[in-house]
Amino acid sequence: MTTAVIVSACGEVPQAKLANKTKGIVYCAEANPVSFNPQVTTTGSTIDIIANQLYNSLISIDPVTAEFKPELATQWVISDDGKKITFKLREGVQFHSTDYFTPSRTMNADDVIFSFSRLFDVYNPYHFVQDANYPYFQSVGMDQLIRKIVKIDDYTVRFELFSAESSLLSNIATDFAVILSEEYAMFRASQDKKHLFDTLPIGTGPYKYKHFLRDNLVRFHKHHGYWKHNYAVDQLVYDITTNNTTRIAKMLTKECDITSHPSATQLEALSQRQDIIVDKAVNLNVGYWAFNTEKPPFDNVLVRKSLAHSIDFDKIMQAVFYGNGIAAQSILPPSSWAFTKQAMPYYDPIKAKQYLTEAGYPDGFEMTLWAMPVSRIYNPNARKMAELIQSDLRQIGIRTRIVEYEWNTFIERIGRHEHDSVLLGWAADTPDPDNFFSPLLSCTATFTGKNPANWCNPEFDLLLTQALDTNELKMRKFYYQQAQKMLVEELPVVPIAHGVRFQARSANIAGAELRPFGGVSLANVRKGEQ
Amino acid sequence: MLDYLLRRLSLLLFMLFALTAFTFSLNYLFPGDLLTNFSGQLNTSFSQSQILEEKYRIDDNVVIQYGAFVSRLFKGDWGLSLSSGQTVSSHIAVLLPATLELCFYALVVAVLLGIPAGIITSAYYKKWPDKIISTLTLLGFSIPVFWLALLLIMVFCLGFGWFPMSGRIGLLYEIPAVTNFILLDIWLLDFPYGGQAFLDALHHLALPTIVLAMYPTTVLTRFTRDSMLNVLEQNYIKTARAKGLNRRQIILDHALRNALLPVIKQIGLQFSTLITLAMVTEVIFSWPGIGRWLIDSIYQRDYPAIQGGLLAVSMFVIFANMLADLTHSLLDPVSRNQSHGKV
Repeated sequence: MTTAVIVSACGEVPQAKLANKTKGIVYCAEANPVSFNPQVTTTGSTIDIIANQLYNSLISIDPVTAEFKPELATQWVISDDGKKITFKLREGVQFHSTDYFTPSRTMNADDVIFSFSRLFDVYNPYHFVQDANYPYFQSVGMDQLIRKIVKIDDYTVRFELFSAESSLLSNIATDFAVILSEEYAMFRASQDKKHLFDTLPIGTGPYKYKHFLRDNLVRFHKHHGYWKHNYAVDQLVYDITTNNTTRIAKMLTKECDITSHPSATQLEALSQRQDIIVDKAVNLNVGYWAFNTEKPPFDNVLVRKSLAHSIDFDKIMQAVFYGNGIAAQSILPPSSWAFTKQAMPYYDPIKAKQYLTEAGYPDGFEMTLWAMPVSRIYNPNARKMAELIQSDLRQIGIRTRIVEYEWNTFIERIGRHEHDSVLLGWAADTPDPDNFFSPLLSCTATFTGKNPANWCNPEFDLLLTQALDTNELKMRKFYYQQAQKMLVEELPVVPIAHGVRFQARSANIAGAELRPFGGVSLANVRKGEQ
Repeated sequence: MLDYLLRRLSLLLFMLFALTAFTFSLNYLFPGDLLTNFSGQLNTSFSQSQILEEKYRIDDNVVIQYGAFVSRLFKGDWGLSLSSGQTVSSHIAVLLPATLELCFYALVVAVLLGIPAGIITSAYYKKWPDKIISTLTLLGFSIPVFWLALLLIMVFCLGFGWFPMSGRIGLLYEIPAVTNFILLDIWLLDFPYGGQAFLDALHHLALPTIVLAMYPTTVLTRFTRDSMLNVLEQNYIKTARAKGLNRRQIILDHALRNALLPVIKQIGLQFSTLITLAMVTEVIFSWPGIGRWLIDSIYQRDYPAIQGGLLAVSMFVIFANMLADLTHSLLDPVSRNQSHGKV
C-alpha cells in the first residue's frame, strides 16, 4: 500500500498549473477514424473527428437559416440554365505546415480543381488511390454530373455540369467536399507514396494532424495560420473509448472535456453534476432496420411486410430511446421540409403471421440480425433493439441470430452485403431531402456499398432524378412524397425512429455547438479558466 | 551445469515447436480464406494472390508450409492485422512493453509487500499479526480481479475523484514513444512538462498496479509463510535456538536464506498468472497493452492478430519461466540434479 500513499501525495499537483502546461481539450470519441480524408468515407464517427477540424469546404450551410454561407469561396454565381457555377475563392488561405510537409503557397484554384477532379476524373493521378471509392459522391451521382472544372484565374473556378441539379450546391457544402492541397498531392506522388496522402492529411482547417494511435488517441495541434480565427486551442485530443459507460465515467473523472453520444440512461446522472452540461439538439436522422433485398426470402415484399408488422415499436421507443426520440412516420424526419406522414407498419403479430403464411413460410425461417456495436444518434443502443426484435420475431416463428462486429469491420461487411438484415441509420449531411434518398437507397448506392438494403428500383431512382431536375420546391416536394410512399409500400427498410443528438461537456467548455446535420465541429471550441 | 542447460534447451525447443505448430494449424482451423488468415490481406487482386501463394507455399505440402511459416516468424514477418492493415509485429512492439511494464511493477510491489508479510506471519505464528495478515491474504486471494478493479474505480475514481480510470498518462501530455515503457520514455526525455508528466504517469499506474499486484502478493505471502514455517521446523534451527540465538538472528541469518529458495522459483512462475490477470486489468483500465488488443482482435475476428498475439504472449511466458528456472538452479544446486526437465 506504500505506492498508493506516495502516489496520492503526487496527485496533489495543482490543477491550474497542469492546465497551463497543457492547454488543450480532450474529446471522448466512440470509434477509430477509418481515414483522414472525408472524401473516401461516409462513416459518421470518422467524419465527426476529421472533417470540420482538419478541413474546410467551399461553402457551408447555416444551421439556423439553412442558407449557404461563404467559406473558402467568398461568392458564387449560377448561370441562368443552372449548368455553370462560378466560385470566387478566398485569397491568403494557408494550408497546414507539419513535420511531413511545408506548403510553399496559399490555396488557389488548382487545389479546388484537384480536390473535385479526384472524385470523377480517371486521369487525376489520385483517382484510383483507395480503389476509386468515393461513397458519398458516387451515391449522389456527383461523378456523373460534373462535366469539367475550369480554371478562370488563380482565384476563380467554374464548374460545368451535364445537367442542372438542385442539390449540387448542398452537396458541395457537405463535410465530404473538402479542399485538399494539390501541392501536397504532387509532393507525395513525386515520392511515390500516394497511399500516405489520405492517412497523413494536409488541410486548411483550424487544427492540423499530429498523431494517431489506433484504439487509443488522435492528436491534433492548432493550425496557427488558420484563416478564420486564431483562438483554437493548442491541442485537441480524441480519446477513443468505444464503451458508452466508460465514456461517461471518464466525463465524471474529468478525463474527457466533451463526450459524444452519452447514453439516455446516464443523462440523469450527468445532469445532477454542477460541472457537467448536457446539450441536446434536434437532428436530421433516421434509424432503420434494413433487409438485404437481394437475398431470399427478403426479396419477397410479403416477408418484409410480415417482419415490419411483427415488431413492437412502442416498446423500442421506451426501452432504447427512453422517450428521447420520435417514432418514425416516414423515412424523413418531421423537421425536413419534404416530410409527409405515411401509413407506417404497426405492431400486429397476427397480421405478420398472415403475411408470412401468404409468402410461403408458415413455419418461419432463420435469419441474422446485425446490430451496430456503437451508439449513434439514430440508434443509441442497437444491441438492445436487436434483442427486442429477436424476441418479437420469435412470436411469429422466426429464429434470429444477432451478429456484432467492431464498428469499422461492421460497416465494411455491410458494404459487402454479407447480412440478412441490419439495424443501422443515417444522419443527414445537408438539410436537402435528397440526402436521405440518393446516398442510401439509389441503385448507384448499391454499387458503392452504401445501400444496406441492397435495393435497386429503377422507378424509385426515376423519382429521385425528377426531383433533382427541378428547382421548383412544390414539384420537388411532390416527387419526394411519391418516393416516401413507395418506400413504405416496398419496405426495403423499416424506418424506426429519429434520435436526438446529445453531447456532454464540462461547464468550462464553450463553443461546442451541436448542429442539426453534418459532423461535429470543434472549430470554435474554447476552454475557460478552471 | 552444462548438462542441465542442454536438457532445458531441448525442452525449450520442443515447447517452441509445439507452440508454432499449434499457431500454424490455427490458419487452417479459423474460418475464412487460408491465404487471408496467413497474410492478413483482404480482397487481393489475382497477381497479388499469386505472389502471396508463392510466398506462403500454398501449393506445397503442409510440412513445407510449416517450414515457410517458421522462417517468416524468425524474419519478423507476422502478417498484417485485418482491422488496421498494419503489420502485426509493429502492433506487438508497441503493446507488449505496456503489458510487461504493468506486470513488472505489479511483481515488484508483490515482492516488496508479500515476502516481508510472509516473514512476519511466520515469525508471529498463530499470534495476532499472523491472524490479521492471513485473513487479509485469504480475502485478497479470493477477490476476483475484475471485481476488485471495478470496486476501486467506483471508490477512488468516481467517488473521490483521486485517480484517473484509464490509460497510461493524461492524453494532453505528448510523450513520443522510444522504448514504449512509459516511465522509461519520460526519463529518457529528461522529464518534460517539469516532471508533471512523470507524476501523472505514476498517478495512472497506481490503481492498475494495485489490482494486478493483489493476487501475486497474497500468493507470495502464503508461500513465504509456509516455506518459513517448514524451515523453522528443521533441526539446525532448533539447534540454533538451543544455543541461545534470539528470534531476529534465527529468522534473518539462518532461516530466511533457505526459505526464500522456493519463493524465488514461485516469483518466476507468477509471471504467467500475471499476464493472464493483466489482460483483464487492461480491459477494465483501458490500458493500451497486448491483452486488451488481443481481446479486441477476437471481437473483430482479426485472425492474423489473434495468432500473432497468442504467439508473442505464450513465447514470452515460456522464456520467462525458463529464465526463472535457470536463476533458481543457479541459486539452488540441488535442483540441477533433476533428471528430467519440467516447466
